[in-house]
Amino acid sequence: MATVGLESKTFEKFADVVGHDDDLNYLNHDHSVLSWLFTLDHKRIGLLYLVTITLMFLLGGALAGAIRLELLTPKGDFLTADTYNKAFTAHGIIMLFFFLIPSIPAVLGNFLVPLMIGAKDVAFPRLNLFSYYLYFAGSVIALTALLLGGVDTGWTFYTPFSSTYSNSYVIVMAVGLFVVGFSSILTGLNFIITVHRMRCPGLTWFRLPLFIWGIYATSVVQLLGTPVIAVTLGLLGVERTLGVGIFDPRLGGDPILFQHLFWFYSHPAVYIMILPSLGVTSEVIATFSRKNVFGYHIIAFSSIAIAVFGFIVWAHHMFTTGISPYAAMVFSLLTFSVAIPSGIKVFSWLATMYGGSISFGTPMIYAFGFLGLFTIGGMTGLFLSTLGTDIHLHDTYFIVAHFHYIMVGGAIMGYMAAIHYWWPKMTGRLYSEFWGKLSAGITFIGFNFTFFPQFILGYLGMPRRYYEYPDEFQVLNVFSTAGATILAVGYLMPLVYMPYSFFFGEKANSNPYGGSTLEWTNTTSPPSPHNFEKTPVVTEEPYHYHAKEAAVVSH
Amino acid sequence: MFEEFKWLPDQASTVAPEVDMLMLFIVVVTVFITALVTVLTLGFAVAFRRKSESYIPAPWFGCIPLEIGWTLIPVGICLVMFSWGVKVYSNIVIPPADAMEIYAVGRQWMWKIQHPEGQREINALHVPIGRPVKVTLTSEDVIHCFSIPAFRVKQDVVPGRYSSLWFQATKAGTYQLFCSEYCGTEHSRMIGKVIVMEEADYQKWLSEGAESGQALQGRKLYTKLQCVTCHTGNAEAKAPNLEGIYRKHIPISHIDGVKIKDGTKVFADDSYIRESILYPNAKVAAGWESIMPTYQGLVTEEELLQVIAYIKALNQGQTPPRTEETPTPATIQNKNPNKEVN
Amino acid sequence: MSAIKETVQDHGQHHHKDLAHHFDTLEQQHDANTLGMWAFLLTEVLFFGGLFAAYTIYRYKYSAMFEEASNHLDIKLGATNTVILILSSLTMALAVRCSQTGNSLWTGRWLLITIAFGLMFLGVKYFEWKHDYHIHLMPGKDWSGKDWWHWQYAKKAKDMEKEAHSKGSAEHSFPDRKDVLADNDPSLGVRGIQESQQARLFFLLYFCMTSLHALHMLVGFVLIGIIAYFAYQGAYSPDYYSPVENIGLYWHFVDIVWIFLFPLLYLLGAHMGH
Repeated sequence: MATVGLESKTFEKFADVVGHDDDLNYLNHDHSVLSWLFTLDHKRIGLLYLVTITLMFLLGGALAGAIRLELLTPKGDFLTADTYNKAFTAHGIIMLFFFLIPSIPAVLGNFLVPLMIGAKDVAFPRLNLFSYYLYFAGSVIALTALLLGGVDTGWTFYTPFSSTYSNSYVIVMAVGLFVVGFSSILTGLNFIITVHRMRCPGLTWFRLPLFIWGIYATSVVQLLGTPVIAVTLGLLGVERTLGVGIFDPRLGGDPILFQHLFWFYSHPAVYIMILPSLGVTSEVIATFSRKNVFGYHIIAFSSIAIAVFGFIVWAHHMFTTGISPYAAMVFSLLTFSVAIPSGIKVFSWLATMYGGSISFGTPMIYAFGFLGLFTIGGMTGLFLSTLGTDIHLHDTYFIVAHFHYIMVGGAIMGYMAAIHYWWPKMTGRLYSEFWGKLSAGITFIGFNFTFFPQFILGYLGMPRRYYEYPDEFQVLNVFSTAGATILAVGYLMPLVYMPYSFFFGEKANSNPYGGSTLEWTNTTSPPSPHNFEKTPVVTEEPYHYHAKEAAVVSH
Repeated sequence: MFEEFKWLPDQASTVAPEVDMLMLFIVVVTVFITALVTVLTLGFAVAFRRKSESYIPAPWFGCIPLEIGWTLIPVGICLVMFSWGVKVYSNIVIPPADAMEIYAVGRQWMWKIQHPEGQREINALHVPIGRPVKVTLTSEDVIHCFSIPAFRVKQDVVPGRYSSLWFQATKAGTYQLFCSEYCGTEHSRMIGKVIVMEEADYQKWLSEGAESGQALQGRKLYTKLQCVTCHTGNAEAKAPNLEGIYRKHIPISHIDGVKIKDGTKVFADDSYIRESILYPNAKVAAGWESIMPTYQGLVTEEELLQVIAYIKALNQGQTPPRTEETPTPATIQNKNPNKEVN
Repeated sequence: MSAIKETVQDHGQHHHKDLAHHFDTLEQQHDANTLGMWAFLLTEVLFFGGLFAAYTIYRYKYSAMFEEASNHLDIKLGATNTVILILSSLTMALAVRCSQTGNSLWTGRWLLITIAFGLMFLGVKYFEWKHDYHIHLMPGKDWSGKDWWHWQYAKKAKDMEKEAHSKGSAEHSFPDRKDVLADNDPSLGVRGIQESQQARLFFLLYFCMTSLHALHMLVGFVLIGIIAYFAYQGAYSPDYYSPVENIGLYWHFVDIVWIFLFPLLYLLGAHMGH
């Protein structure tokens, strides 16, 4: 049943032009292990990331399972307090720095940026491979820290707890994050230069696919934010090693300075995770509605606006630290400014669907899921940017639910949509639509089941990072844990049917979903080692479906 | 597990209904928008489902009125939320002038609370109904957070400085007190109870088993720590008279050893007194030599609060005379060998 | 997007030996390399920016002790190093110029001279650090508040002597060493702990910033060395010189960082009063 209704006659002719099937492609042109480990091909590097971050996701997910299991009952009966603290710290660090931040940018950005802009590769292929190995080395160091005994500071490393009081492997973990941070910086740098200098003839800025705009905005944040967290973790390491007071007030330091420096990166980091998903959603909705994206320019600019505003709202994580009330008011107002471009995007997507010809492939189902969860996540952000309610909700499960809606509901649903959407291009195979849609549905239901009760828990006052809690919170925690088991099933299913399709799936033609961007129209599935037979030339805006038919309505 | 369950948190302070009203407003707005997005998504998905493989829909590039609408309306909504939020926030953070004061010290992993009348409690806080209460907070080690969900208030407790929160309880009962900033292994056991009592019960509670008052403890320290040697309050004084200085603006001459403009004044609140005890050189009172030693490492946070309570209560002509029991400086220091030499 | 097929340049045909396969023209390659280096320098600015932010905050918070501590750095050595580094930037600029005009020999030579200046800088820095170490200004385990106050004593004595000389008075008395220490020695439990901590924070930032800067120079040496080698091999031509230009940009950045560090650390203003 897989592809019925998905293959579009209209686009088959383009598929025929580029040719497919048993030609030499980037996957099969060289089979040796070394050809993978030392590849400079952006597509293969993307797949290396895919395998590595999937392993990290499994580890982070297992830790999440342990956390939810512990929280099933009010008393600490499954883990000890220390183990629990180390588990949520490791869960946060792995999911944020080793899965979410590299997810779409490193896997799909690597695979797609050159393909979508008609280039043969990224601007600096050797640097690209180096970034991957930095990521790999960072992961090894971080895992070493976990194996040595773990870190119990929370992923936020607040001082003076992390600098003076914690007896865990903070420095080893800081080194791991420092290294992986440079991987992120160099990847962002590579994409910025690639988008600036490697576009094919005719591909002006406003003819770029919106995914590229999303990746570009993300890369700017990676380039400008990450060095600050790197140097902050460096100072934390120095303070721990030398016992000098940079952040410990007993030694003359200022613990709040650490929070400022930390959130200056870590708030924009949220946009590193979500901006690429916003780009993916634009692509998927346009393709499956077979229609141009409504308000293309506004959507492109809103990505840049979110990236820029992201840098001036960091202190909204610190409303209860005793910062000046006037500073709190300014940061509250600035925080609302992020809501506007996000809202514009959602409404523009709805307008894109309006009057379209919508089909329901797996990526579209994931994109619907994204739309719902991202909207709830964004809306609950309003409770937290409003000063009067943030004081009560800060550091409770409301926050936990809110950022999971954005970063798991938003970013991971977007990532899943992207993986399903470009899978035929990456592998040349089609996965089972039945299992795909089923997993999208289960993930959506499981996700809401897990995290919606946490909004109520937070409003009731349950603080985060508690491994024991008062009895009155148990009912909702049981709901949440039950939902997590459903969610786990939803996430595990693709790990079966996707690899299965890689070996046994039906062969995909070059453009199974009727996409309109260069990677669909001008390359084979999977692409040849050097992407394009001939350098493409672009003559019009993206998503010009109507131009393919005579039935163009004049404007 | 179902017996204790409730959908809404207790509403037991004057700000709680305000926060809940604001909360309700945002809930209504966000539920409406989320429902709108959901209905439109599903509606469009059904209405515009693909009916023919060959059909290519007409493009729609933009619609200026629509786009202005969905930009300006959210801007308006956000501004309403922002202003309302600021109003509620002001009520949460600005304490009334007549609030009674209680001191709390956080440490891994307990709350130590002192009433001005001398009562001390651990992981419990007794307060009277209907009177504004200001809690001054500090920490002995890492950052904690003093949070009472039923009152909708929360304040980080940062080592090395004072912060405060206030509330006025409206309903008698027992409520949760949480540490809501992660502070190490037993973070989740750093919880206590807030017991709101009728005024009469509170007075009764105060009179039961009261130790000597907090200020009285401070008075003992004032002589024990040799404050009285220099701050004699008479003509022999080598340091400023501390009588009646609390919450007055007093002139200072040096900041961190640097001479500053004449006539500069500092507000002598809790934080200033604390700073002057720990960092005597930070802001030196005009007309006096900076000769005071630091007491860093010599007094605990609790003792600091007691000394401050004493200075607060110290009125004209009340400075105690120096007695012979007062130990010499050397004895104090030998008892508290300072580890902070590096 | 349009699917018009048009051959701009058939894949795989290299028109120039220096053109990497994924670029279409030398100009595109050059632009990409230069822009890449600028982007990298931008990230470096923010990397140092974290330290500068920490410096600014503590400089403001503990201004008196920061000025005091700054007096213990050797302004002459700092100034010498500033001149050396500016000279090295000049020789680097000359190397870039020579690579643009195709003078491979002098490209290599100027690069090596740049390394020589850089080594001189680090040599001076080495003796400065060594001296700081000997007088226990290392902010780590060797830091001793007591030593810090011995220093303060020596300085105070020197100041009084100077003052006496300027007044032309023959009689001047040094403050009794014991008095100064009794006032200031933290091991005696008296004033000075926090001053000592603040001074230590200054030296910590001093060592962090200067050693991060020195680390950038070491990386620079390796890269300049490699590029000098290729320059001698005649690898660069007016058509292709972006590696030389990029290492030039990097080196100038390292220079500029020092131009900021020198006044912030050495010329805090306190010197002027003495």
